[in-house]
Amino acid sequence: MGKRHPLVLLLAGFGYAILYIPILIMVIYSFNSSKLVTVWAGWSTKWYGELLTNGQLVDAAWISLKVGFWSATIGIIFGTMIGYALARFRKFKGKLFLNGMATAPIVMPEVVMGLSLLLLFISMESLIGWPAGRGLLTVIIAHATVGMAFVAVVVQGRLSDLDISIEEAAMDLGARQPYIFFTITLPVIMPAIIAGWLLAFTLSFDDLVIASFVSGPGASTLPIVIFSKVRLGVTPEINALATIIVVVVAIGVIIANWFALRSNQTGTKDEA
Amino acid sequence: MGFASFKRYLVIMPPMLWLALFFLIPFFVVLQVSLSDPALSRPPYTAIFSWNGLWPTGFLGDLENYEFLLSDSLYVNSYVNSLKIAANGSLVCLLIGYPMAYLIARADARMRNTLLLLVILPFWTSSLLRVYALIGMYSPNGFINSSLTWFGVIDAPLQLMQTDFAVYSGIVLTYLPLMILPLYSALEKLDGDLMEAASDLGATPLATFWRITLPLSMPGIVAGSLLVFIPSVGEFVIPALLGGPDQLMIGKTLWTEFFNNRDWPVASSVAMIMLAFLVIPMMFLRNTQRAAEG
Repeated sequence: MGKRHPLVLLLAGFGYAILYIPILIMVIYSFNSSKLVTVWAGWSTKWYGELLTNGQLVDAAWISLKVGFWSATIGIIFGTMIGYALARFRKFKGKLFLNGMATAPIVMPEVVMGLSLLLLFISMESLIGWPAGRGLLTVIIAHATVGMAFVAVVVQGRLSDLDISIEEAAMDLGARQPYIFFTITLPVIMPAIIAGWLLAFTLSFDDLVIASFVSGPGASTLPIVIFSKVRLGVTPEINALATIIVVVVAIGVIIANWFALRSNQTGTKDEA
Repeated sequence: MGFASFKRYLVIMPPMLWLALFFLIPFFVVLQVSLSDPALSRPPYTAIFSWNGLWPTGFLGDLENYEFLLSDSLYVNSYVNSLKIAANGSLVCLLIGYPMAYLIARADARMRNTLLLLVILPFWTSSLLRVYALIGMYSPNGFINSSLTWFGVIDAPLQLMQTDFAVYSGIVLTYLPLMILPLYSALEKLDGDLMEAASDLGATPLATFWRITLPLSMPGIVAGSLLVFIPSVGEFVIPALLGGPDQLMIGKTLWTEFFNNRDWPVASSVAMIMLAFLVIPMMFLRNTQRAAEG
């Protein structure tokens, strides 16, 4: 097949259309002034206004933002530690074990992850009284566990691309390892860590299944509320909310892409 | 050296303990509950050990739940159907994703970045919202049906929701990016000279594709298919929102067992068997990825 065979272009265009048409139609219908989703009654932004006065959705969005922030923050701290240990420590007891445990949450089915964590929290509560009940804390712990696995993979990948000789030179010159980490390694892998934070935040913000298992009264995240509404059918308010999320995510991805491009341009092996 | 390795463990231990507590131990709890019986208590299952206050004195667990699962057609059908839908879904993603990955790999640097970004972008948008967007397309008064009615193509709305077609659409919309990325990285590594040499020697474009491009992109095909297959098996949102009540998938069955029937022991054994099914493809995926790295 040639470089730009028309058949390749046609088939690839079809694939992109499949990815984007449903989202595009949802965005357009969020500006439909009619309550009936089928009838186009002219452009309007009233559903965006109604969204802001819907207390249930606003509360849930706030909860999701908090959960996402804290789980992503725990995720990058532990995920960076895992990624660093796997990429830089040559041999240690349990390296294979850590590697396996750090990557398994990525491929674990969400229903299994949610069920197993809920059963753990309940057993722990009856044994040691902590965590008391389910709520924000348990959702944060669950999301942080998944998030750190993704961060570990991103950071480990970045570190194995990074030329180790700079760190070795610093060590030869007598710098201590923590000092080297904070002055050389950390600044270089920072874009990867930021990308990892955004990834962990997004995973948390989007998760319905795990949160449904480990959440409790008063801690309904946005996907839980959306799911309960969506089950009853399409509503213009959810269209508006989805449009806002799509726009924010698109901006976030473009920023993350910018970070990723920049991190590829600094200090890689190919250029050293 | 002893002190240095002690300091290393300051880095290794906190995340290791976290993962042991919140990832590893939970599976033993699930295993334990799967061996117990439902009970009218809090939590709603029986203990699997008898205690004398200090240590276990007897084992009370049994495999009753597993026997029940394997003898009841509801669960057997759920597993079989999940595996079938996940396998077909991976194939559909492969057929749609391959030309896209090929185009991206052959594009020039700037175009390539934009095309890749367009693949990654929907992946970062909530899968729940993408599945929801399909309801807007497929429902009886959704976009497709109302357009077709308006143009006079059909008189009565087509049944698009609650069909296999809707479930496969959901899988494609949710997991297509996971198929494209490994395909792209396999195709990107392909040496263009090979294709040129083949065509210089008189191979038709189709023969070149069939005998050079396709075999050499096999690692990407395998990795991409596994990345779609594994999460599709346990999928809940897609069958719950797009599938019909008689379209059984094991993720949905587990959910119903837990939230509606409140039978925790059966839900736990459903999870254990699901894991047993997925361990082999998971190991396979790890080996493929390791081979791709090394």
